[in-house]
Amino acid sequence: MTDLSLHGALHQETQERVSGGVGESAGRPDGTLKVTGEFAFSSDLWADDMLWGATLRSPHPRARVLGINLGPALALPGVYAVLTHEDVPGSKLYGLEVVDQPVLAIDEVRYIGEPIAIVAADHPETARRAIDAIRVDYEVLTPIVDSEAALQPDSDLVYADRPGGHSADGNITRHVAVRTGNPDATADVVVTGDYEVGMQDQAFLGPESGMAVPAEDGGVDIYVATQWLHVDRGQIAPCLGLPADKVRVSLAGVGGAFGAREDLSMQIHASMLALHTGKPVKVVYSREESFFGHVHRHPARLHYEHGATRDGRLVFVRARIVLDGGAYTSSSPAVAANAATLGVGPYIVPNVVIDSTIAYTNNPPCGAMRGFGAVQACFAYEAQMDKLAAELSIDPVDLRIRNALAEGDRMPTTGQLVDSAAPVAQLLERVRSRPLPPSTTGEDGEVDLTTMPGGVSNTTHGEGVRRGVGYAIGIKNVGFSEGFDDYSTARVRLSIVGGEPTVMVHTAAAEVGQGLVSVQAQIARTELGIDRVVVLPADTSVGSAGSSSASRQTYVTGGAVRAACQAVRARVLELAAERRGAGYSPGGTDLSPEQRSEVGGPLEGPSGGAADLHSLDLITLLGDEEIEETVEWRHRPTYPLDPVTGKGDAHVQFAFAAHRAVVDVDTDLGLVRVVQIDTAQDVGKAMNPQAVLGQIHGGTAQGLGLALMEEIQVADGQVRNPSFTDYLIPTILDMPPMQVDVLELADPHAPYGLRGVGEPPTISSTPAIAAAVRAATDRPLTRVPIRPEDIVDLAATSAL
Amino acid sequence: MRLTCTVNGEQRETDDIWPGESLLYVLRERMGLPGSKNACEQGECGSCTVYLDGVPVCACLVAAGQAEGRSVATVEGLAGRSGVRTADTMPGGTEIDGLDPVQQAFLDAGAVQCGFCTPGLVVAVHDLLRRIPAPSDPQIREALAGNLCRCTGYEQILAAVRLAAMRGSGIGTPP
Repeated sequence: MTDLSLHGALHQETQERVSGGVGESAGRPDGTLKVTGEFAFSSDLWADDMLWGATLRSPHPRARVLGINLGPALALPGVYAVLTHEDVPGSKLYGLEVVDQPVLAIDEVRYIGEPIAIVAADHPETARRAIDAIRVDYEVLTPIVDSEAALQPDSDLVYADRPGGHSADGNITRHVAVRTGNPDATADVVVTGDYEVGMQDQAFLGPESGMAVPAEDGGVDIYVATQWLHVDRGQIAPCLGLPADKVRVSLAGVGGAFGAREDLSMQIHASMLALHTGKPVKVVYSREESFFGHVHRHPARLHYEHGATRDGRLVFVRARIVLDGGAYTSSSPAVAANAATLGVGPYIVPNVVIDSTIAYTNNPPCGAMRGFGAVQACFAYEAQMDKLAAELSIDPVDLRIRNALAEGDRMPTTGQLVDSAAPVAQLLERVRSRPLPPSTTGEDGEVDLTTMPGGVSNTTHGEGVRRGVGYAIGIKNVGFSEGFDDYSTARVRLSIVGGEPTVMVHTAAAEVGQGLVSVQAQIARTELGIDRVVVLPADTSVGSAGSSSASRQTYVTGGAVRAACQAVRARVLELAAERRGAGYSPGGTDLSPEQRSEVGGPLEGPSGGAADLHSLDLITLLGDEEIEETVEWRHRPTYPLDPVTGKGDAHVQFAFAAHRAVVDVDTDLGLVRVVQIDTAQDVGKAMNPQAVLGQIHGGTAQGLGLALMEEIQVADGQVRNPSFTDYLIPTILDMPPMQVDVLELADPHAPYGLRGVGEPPTISSTPAIAAAVRAATDRPLTRVPIRPEDIVDLAATSAL
Repeated sequence: MRLTCTVNGEQRETDDIWPGESLLYVLRERMGLPGSKNACEQGECGSCTVYLDGVPVCACLVAAGQAEGRSVATVEGLAGRSGVRTADTMPGGTEIDGLDPVQQAFLDAGAVQCGFCTPGLVVAVHDLLRRIPAPSDPQIREALAGNLCRCTGYEQILAAVRLAAMRGSGIGTPP
């Protein structure tokens, strides 16, 4: 692309003629349906003659299944099918990375809530009663519930015979080691800490649900809320004993995901019931069942040692991280790698020793949740940075800035070059420079209860309330790492529909709420200069888009849509040139042969300038013709980690966010009110500023939840709080006002320079709030969520 | 069991209801009105908020029989009642005539992500603005404390409520 005047002129015209392109807060194509209640979520599906599926789940975290009596269930009127593992037509096991999870328990249950049998009936209540009528004989076994004990050589094993035959590894799901520099380095000042992160739930609002419809060709059509249609199909088809092309998966409306829909839930079960009964089968988990129906964030125990010089330069970080993966592998191996490779945070450290290990236990399986291994490590390393700052009498933000990673540095863990913006110091400065909120603690006069910890519960009028301010910064990898072939596919078609040029964009990428449907349309408008864009429903009739996770989908599917649009544009310009050669004169533009060959070659995005189609009379040019291109697009390759040292260019891109939290703590009751939380994040390019803010607000809220309230309480393998009454997520009263600073420092390797947005806000918000509560209470608070009893000295209180 | 009630202004008669069914189930599965959502079914999340005789309730906590002879308004019944159309719809969004101002404000302010909480919130905000046309932020927070949202962190929901309030009149009465 050398003809700058051409780029410039056409680029400006695009900007003027088409609104709703890249960089604008274009509205959601699904927005109107969502506000009117007409949008079809996966739990809203309905078919004539459909049945309701239900699942019998294990009440024991570990037991041998001695026998199952289906008779009483089958005898109930309205029951059409009761199926067990014996009825699984194909492979009895499935799994995201390791095929180790039974579709239905075979001879042993390994966690509470593991599916054992499934029922189809004419009413959900009939199905529930049938589930209750099934009799299972168990030999209850002692569950393995302590992740650290599970890693001891003498531990009982979750798997006597591990699928894949790795029994020599004991209960180790994966161990990732990082070794940089001198493992025995010494320093002037050393701080040590032991930290703990509880099991967080994604708590999406739309429960696991969907419908399977038997097809005439012997296959099945599945409508489900998921994050990755093709990897679902890749697991479903072998279990059904069907070729992939007979399993067609379409995305039903997704009521939030946050990682919890990466693993399968009801997909195979509903399909088995549908194929068995010949009827459509709908499955909708209740909220309680949902807590057993998906993986959670790994609980973690982290031991950290930070060594530094007197003037506050990090000399070493040594860490031992143990994550509880629960009974099945899920995405644990990648979580272990994230915790290790991102385990010192965005800092320069010459000497690093990290051992990150995930253990199998009989606790609920853990896997993907927003932040994915980076969350747990960040809570610990940021607590350590504050501890170190206190030890050195250096301001905690200054200490961070003194050690901040920057573009051109190498990751202290993997050695990978950080080859795009890493504004760690700048983000910290920005949150620090924001004005602080005024004090809400009443001295004498009137107190507004809504500003107090405890709110209108009237628990304090300011007495015992102390304010604290805390900072944190985090780092996250964007995209799938360690050599994974991470790609997306986009099909783009240009045709004249109803007398108007219309672009259809078809991908299999899951819209989970983040606004990907908007972004796909925006990219098409920008690349083609055509206003009317239809984003088709996602399904498996087009190639894989990869997962809507790892903050990757706008990057990768966005890249694919852009590439497909560019291919369409090149063909239109070729067509225009051909027609002109044959005497047809396209309106407006008169491209020289050189220009034609240029625009027919690789095309730059609008940031680099581009030829567009505005100047052509597309209606005359295309007539009935459709121009369609399908493109598979990959980001640059990544590479595996060295198994001994953890070295390697394992990650695609790094993303950073910083938070400052201001809290008021009622130190008598242990109640915390977050007064304000401010953040700064580099997003490379704000593709849709309003949606970017939405990600930052929402991600921060989930981090606040982990800091102060969210934990699945597991005791002896049992989940004690599977409901929204007992598992608390932040309400609008819990969320404070936020000031958000969005930086746009383009990453030259990424489409439009964009940087993944979704996860960073969830990573640094938790440790910032924890730091603020520490500042208010002078307590170590080494565990999140912080509970009232961690703040109030119960022993001292009871002595009064 | 037969249920007779008014839903979104229309008299509805539904047969063969099992007495254990909730109003939410009947709306969603028997009346073809799945707009009200089923996120917790124990009254914690507010996703199923509907008007019952003009008062917002969690439809999951109302037994179907309790709606006998009464008037129910759901999110599906709000559009098309105000006749007000706002001018500043974002580019790229789908415009339809007659969205309720609350619905329009949710779109314009970016208050919709996955959208599962949206129907319940739209009804709850509609009720709030009928009672308090210009609520303060603390009033908004108190009024919406029973509606969980997992995507937005509530900032853009607050913005939507402020926007709808600022635009003033046009909140329709529930059908």
